[in-house]
Amino acid sequence: MPMRFLLLFSRQGKLRLQKWFTPLTDREKKKVIRDVMALVLARPPRSCNFLHWRDIKVVYKRYASLYFCTGLEDQDNELLTLEVLHRYVELLDKYFGNVCELDIIFNFEKAYYILDEFLMGGEVLETSKVAVSVSMENADTLQETMEEYMNRPAF
Amino acid sequence: MSPSVPLQEMIRAIRSARTQCEERGVIQRECAAIRAQFRQADNGGRSHNLAKLLYVHMLGYPAHFGQMECVRMIASPRYSEKRVGYLGAMMLLDEKQDASLLITNSIKNDLSHSNQYVQSLALCTLACMGSAEMCRDLAPEIDRLLRASNSYIKKKAALCAVHIVRKVHELGELFVPAARSLLSEKNHGVLHGAVVLIIELCEQNPETLERFRKTVPDLVQIMKGLVLSGYSPEHDVAGISDPFLQVRILRLLRILGRNNEGASDSMNDLLAQVATNTDSTKTVGNAVLYETVLTVLDIKSESGLRVLAVNILGRFLLNNDRNIRYIAMTSLQKIVGTDHNAVQRHRGTIVDCLKDQDASVKRRALELSLALVSASNIRSMMKELLLFLSSCPPELRAHAASGIFNAAERYAPSQRWHIDTMLHVLITAGGDVRDETVPNLIQLITNASELHCYTVHKLYRALLLDISQQSLVQVACWCIGEYGDLLLKGDCQETEPVQVTEDDALDALETVLQSHMSSPATRGFALTATMKLSTRITDNVDRIRSIVSIYGSCIDVELQQRAVEYNALFRKYDHMRAAVLERMPVIEKNSPGHTNGESTGEAVKDVPTAKMKQGEPLLLQQPANQVHRSDHPPGPAVDCLVSGLSVHAAGTAGGDLLDLLGGFEPAELSPVLAYDKGGVTLTLSCEKQSDTGLTVTLTASNSSDSDLSSFTLQAAVPKSVQLHMKAPSGDSLPARGTAKVTQMVVLNNPNKVNLKMRVRVSYTRQGSPFQDTVQIDSFPGLDSQL
Repeated sequence: MPMRFLLLFSRQGKLRLQKWFTPLTDREKKKVIRDVMALVLARPPRSCNFLHWRDIKVVYKRYASLYFCTGLEDQDNELLTLEVLHRYVELLDKYFGNVCELDIIFNFEKAYYILDEFLMGGEVLETSKVAVSVSMENADTLQETMEEYMNRPAF
Repeated sequence: MSPSVPLQEMIRAIRSARTQCEERGVIQRECAAIRAQFRQADNGGRSHNLAKLLYVHMLGYPAHFGQMECVRMIASPRYSEKRVGYLGAMMLLDEKQDASLLITNSIKNDLSHSNQYVQSLALCTLACMGSAEMCRDLAPEIDRLLRASNSYIKKKAALCAVHIVRKVHELGELFVPAARSLLSEKNHGVLHGAVVLIIELCEQNPETLERFRKTVPDLVQIMKGLVLSGYSPEHDVAGISDPFLQVRILRLLRILGRNNEGASDSMNDLLAQVATNTDSTKTVGNAVLYETVLTVLDIKSESGLRVLAVNILGRFLLNNDRNIRYIAMTSLQKIVGTDHNAVQRHRGTIVDCLKDQDASVKRRALELSLALVSASNIRSMMKELLLFLSSCPPELRAHAASGIFNAAERYAPSQRWHIDTMLHVLITAGGDVRDETVPNLIQLITNASELHCYTVHKLYRALLLDISQQSLVQVACWCIGEYGDLLLKGDCQETEPVQVTEDDALDALETVLQSHMSSPATRGFALTATMKLSTRITDNVDRIRSIVSIYGSCIDVELQQRAVEYNALFRKYDHMRAAVLERMPVIEKNSPGHTNGESTGEAVKDVPTAKMKQGEPLLLQQPANQVHRSDHPPGPAVDCLVSGLSVHAAGTAGGDLLDLLGGFEPAELSPVLAYDKGGVTLTLSCEKQSDTGLTVTLTASNSSDSDLSSFTLQAAVPKSVQLHMKAPSGDSLPARGTAKVTQMVVLNNPNKVNLKMRVRVSYTRQGSPFQDTVQIDSFPGLDSQL
């Protein structure tokens, strides 16, 4: 029922983010990335967003120069997954302000943190955009204040 | 939040590398620096270093030396370090690594941390890579968090519990009460998590599913609230209020309503409401509609609702969006077995989708079209399918070809149509068909005796055009060899006459023989065909003789062997040549799908040699008695041909050949018709096993026009006779005798009483059950012996 993985990669085949929701060895992960990337990059524009690979359904969507790609199990709702991908892009956009690929490259850890506020264990965690943004803000603030606190000289 | 400067500088440096080699150099230097930093004592830059390492890892370089650093960072009191540490744990550690156990304690402590963001880090990591032991360890903690904490933590704990339950099924029991109470929460995130958790619990354990059925009214209430509520800015997506939650609730309702009338009834209204009120202009609305349709089709819904669901799918099929059409076909595929007529109504649209540009849509359309072929639409569907075959992408060809063959075999309206169709497929996609197509087609051709002339003309023309499709060439060669006289006669009612001289025919065969495109099997076919023509033509026998002798020194061993033997047939055994190469009688049909031995070409070629029998020139006098089993291997039969009549061909196919001779084998007796009513026939054959033992084989066949299901046989015998029925071969009898059901009955008659058996036949025809009884008083061949 859950998603198996989420991959973000560019048109040139460079991986920008990988999140795995099932335990796989490094070799297996590399194989999945290679195969799925090859399949998705070979698709002509304006084709159907759904593919079949081995026993999983692959749903992908292209946003500017990045492909957002996820693997689903058999009974999952593909159309809803397209909405999930779209929601993630919206969250990134809200956080970075007009997000582009470079933002995700140079701030990859933030992209992960946002993802972790939105999805967990392959399932949607929070369905409200506002709630996710608020959590991110609070966590960032905490990080800053903690840093300041720790760096303050102790008198 | 200020970005990490050292990290960004490194990323810039890596990106500015112009070649792969340069990049590797930069990364190696950076990794060395990172390693050095890890060894140093605590400094302010630890989190930056780990972040750098994680970036390098994402590019594909090894980063396992960072695992211990992750463990240390997680244990640090600083939030910034914890954050990166946990991220590193999720990326570098998985349950298979030993280091993952070391963080169990840190996670445990962080789960009870005063700050909810620290708690959430721990929960997230546990849900991502928690191993079974870690889950067992920490499950009570998660349960506590599920009950008493704020909604932020509750929703995360819920999904963490889902992970735990997936890893360790037995722990499901632990979470049931908490899951139940979470359904009354207002927060959507928590509700969503609760629904996911309940779905997981129900799927794991059917008893839990029973208990959760009581929540259906609550779920219906929640759904109603979502569907009918006004605009809620927080959860709205294109006019739909919280589609993620709606879809999840629909999924849970599906699981709870499956196979349960009561639950299904209580959801009928809601589902109808969702199906009619949801706006379907955007993808998100269609996602909810899709889930609704799947739910309706899966539960025991009332027929009106079912019709509504199928209509929605029909609307989807006409949608411009490819994605929607794709999923419509996927769903229709699931119900084509049960709601066949409903799906048939949309056949036109589905067939149109065969012409779509997109490969995924084409594949779905092909599968669905093949499932929709029936006796009434076979001609029009086949036209479309053949059109599709000529333009379809290569990866779908084999599937399409075999689908077409199956459909043609089941529903062919006439033999000529069947042959035409198979020829068309061979011409279009001959390289992608399965091996058994060749013998199947040959058998079909021999069965259609009035079409021999037409077939051979057609094949000859196809052969002239293209000799690259091996299957087609093999069949064509066989036919030319076999029916060469009809070809040469030139006149044929069914097709335009073409003047073929003996030279033309031999030229065609020789081209095949010499072409480098022909596989060894094909050349074997061509050589045998050439040989066969020697008895069907008058003038060019010398030419054939010379071809055959040339191939006597061919480098291919198989061809050489054949040529040598044919040579012998010309020289020493010329008096037998006419008989050996005589026209073959009709090949009996094996059961469908039966593969006639390993080799394809060779098998059929050796049939003329199988005519050799034990000690007698039977083949000259009784050609009708002989059944040609195409799985006769080449070896012994070939020897037989060379050495004359002394060796019998029965060596390997012993029992089979001897069968036909009737009285030779006393134990095997010919079948007797025991029952014949309503198109259902039951034949009975016996085999004596011992003085008192007897094995009866009952064979049932259905010659009516409707399929029969749940076909069962029951038998009763006199008291002293022991009866043991073996398992039947199947329980469905398709129409028009396409398949039979056999069942063996073992009898033991120690007292040697007069043996009688009463057999009850029961089956279902078009939904109504039928039963009949027949008494069998005489068993063939038993008379006074048993």
